[in-house]
Amino acid sequence: MAEMLEVSGLTKRFGGLVAVNNVSFSVREKEILSVIGPNGAGKSTLFKLISSFLRPTTGEVRLKGERISGLAPHIAARRGVVRTFQETTIFKNMSVRDNVVIAHHLRSKASLFGFFLGTGTAKADEAAFGASADEILELLGLSSLAEETARNLPHGHLRALGIAIGLATDPSILLLDEPFAGMNHDETMRMVAMVRRLRERGLTILLVEHDMPAVMRISDRIVVLNFGQKIAEGTPSEIQADDKVIEAYLGSEDEAIGL
Amino acid sequence: MTHKRNVKIASVVAFLAIVFIAVPAAISASGRIDLYYTLTSVALLSIGSAGVWLTFYIGRINIGQGAYALMGGYVSAVLVMNHGWSFWPTLPVAGLFCAAASVLIGLPILRLRGVYFAMVTLTLTEVARLLALALPITNGAKGIVSIPLPGALSIFGLTVIPDFAVLQNSRLAFYLLAVTVMVVCFAVMYRLVNSRIGKLCQSLQQNEELASSIGVNIAYLRVIAYAVSSFFGGVSGAIFAAISQSIYPSSFTVTDSVNFMLNCFLGGLGYVFGPMLGTLVLYFGWDLLFQTGQFQLLIYSGLMIVLMLVLPNGLLSLAEMTRKKG
Ligand SMILES: Nc1ncnc2c1ncn2[C@@H]1O[C@H](COP(=O)(O)OP(=O)(O)OP(=O)(O)O)[C@@H](O)[C@H]1O
Ligand SMILES: [Mg+2]
Repeated sequence: MAEMLEVSGLTKRFGGLVAVNNVSFSVREKEILSVIGPNGAGKSTLFKLISSFLRPTTGEVRLKGERISGLAPHIAARRGVVRTFQETTIFKNMSVRDNVVIAHHLRSKASLFGFFLGTGTAKADEAAFGASADEILELLGLSSLAEETARNLPHGHLRALGIAIGLATDPSILLLDEPFAGMNHDETMRMVAMVRRLRERGLTILLVEHDMPAVMRISDRIVVLNFGQKIAEGTPSEIQADDKVIEAYLGSEDEAIGL
Repeated sequence: MTHKRNVKIASVVAFLAIVFIAVPAAISASGRIDLYYTLTSVALLSIGSAGVWLTFYIGRINIGQGAYALMGGYVSAVLVMNHGWSFWPTLPVAGLFCAAASVLIGLPILRLRGVYFAMVTLTLTEVARLLALALPITNGAKGIVSIPLPGALSIFGLTVIPDFAVLQNSRLAFYLLAVTVMVVCFAVMYRLVNSRIGKLCQSLQQNEELASSIGVNIAYLRVIAYAVSSFFGGVSGAIFAAISQSIYPSSFTVTDSVNFMLNCFLGGLGYVFGPMLGTLVLYFGWDLLFQTGQFQLLIYSGLMIVLMLVLPNGLLSLAEMTRKKG
């Protein structure tokens, strides 16, 4: 399988703290790769580096061979790397549908001025975005809530909306930061099925998650971080048998890695 | 859908008929010529307020519009007095000058949010006043006076606008000028807000991080919105200078900047026409309270506080509430 994303020697320092320390791995096309690790291991920081929300101290990230780290977030998004946020992050005063429509922005063919004038291209864009938004809402089971103001959604649906926003940008690789956080078992299982479906549609997915049963079920491969360093990489069964991983998680909860 | 559209068209026609026909007719019938000056001021201030409203729309509290109004006034005055320009081309040039200046100023300061941005813009007005005092071209505290009235404007030999100096009623002419510019500015705002650009601005207001994660160039959009805002400020200042035929460092002060902002609050930050209504109410409210003498400011501030508490979404939210009930 072709390599989609390549993380090489990535390091991020915050003053004296090394949040991400010389991490390298690669993500293959149409793969679901999970990044796990104890709290404060540097997972979110790693995602911010990959999506250019943070500038690496050293090292780089390449998407299909092209460097995408150290740019601006909106440029990384335009190149096809889009992240969702650990906290539920949505445009809370817009309708659910508007949230998803606006997230199509980077696909616009019309310029801002074109939108102001209401040119043919702008109208075509609007129509295409509306249709695509409806399709995404359908896919995520949000159709019935389309006209609801986003901040009124229940938690599980907020997460789904966060993913819908990410999908609308039509990324090559989607970075999901704790997509199952705060969900009950049923909601999680539904979301796991959802993420699988996204992969079947051709998306490459990188995710950070603490819910170990879900991670083991969903991932093709797993990368484990501890204190900013990569301590293991492999398939779910390899990771479950890895001594270093068990050690890293020991002292918290044994069943945390599904043992 | 078509019903909604018809209502919209009808309201626009009614509004235009009121400001261009009914108001001048009523004023000439009643002989209250002084009202022209008052309404002209309201129209001009509402243009400046419209700009402030737009910066609110991208999530920034702008208390610096006075700086751009002052700048616009001086640009027009200097071009007319020192370079022999006609007033008419100075109007867009003053706007563009302010827009360009606001790009340079906005690039660093638009990174700030909340009170930090508000504080910096507040200082901006004071900086503009001090600059007007200090720069040789603005003629210090004496200001620029005896600016001639706008001359005739002809296009291809056809006189589109007559020379204001030969008109019997230059007050009416200024009123029509101010109202025309106001209508154009609000039409532009309406279109901005109701196109994709409005949604993009809202996305900035609600969450800049998320906006950039979906590919919105937030720095660029912020600067564009601020430039349009400052353009409006400059244009209103330029017309003010032409009407009063003078401009001083104290023509627009921190108080004016605060008022521009209050107009937006009062009218409603969620409504494009909020700043227009807010300016009208605030301006006349202040004048009406004149009778109360020394208590004017006290009553005025008290009323403002009460209004903010009762109607946090501005006067226009009242219309929406009654519509929902009805
Ligand atoms: N902007 C920042 N400035 C300083 N330190 C930071 C910053 N962001 C993160 N850190 C620190 O970097 C370390 C890694 O944080 P990060 O958020 O990446 O952890 P995480 O693995 O996502 O944890 P969690 O599972 O709790 O979400 C933490 O010690 C954190 O305090
Ligand atoms: Mg995290």
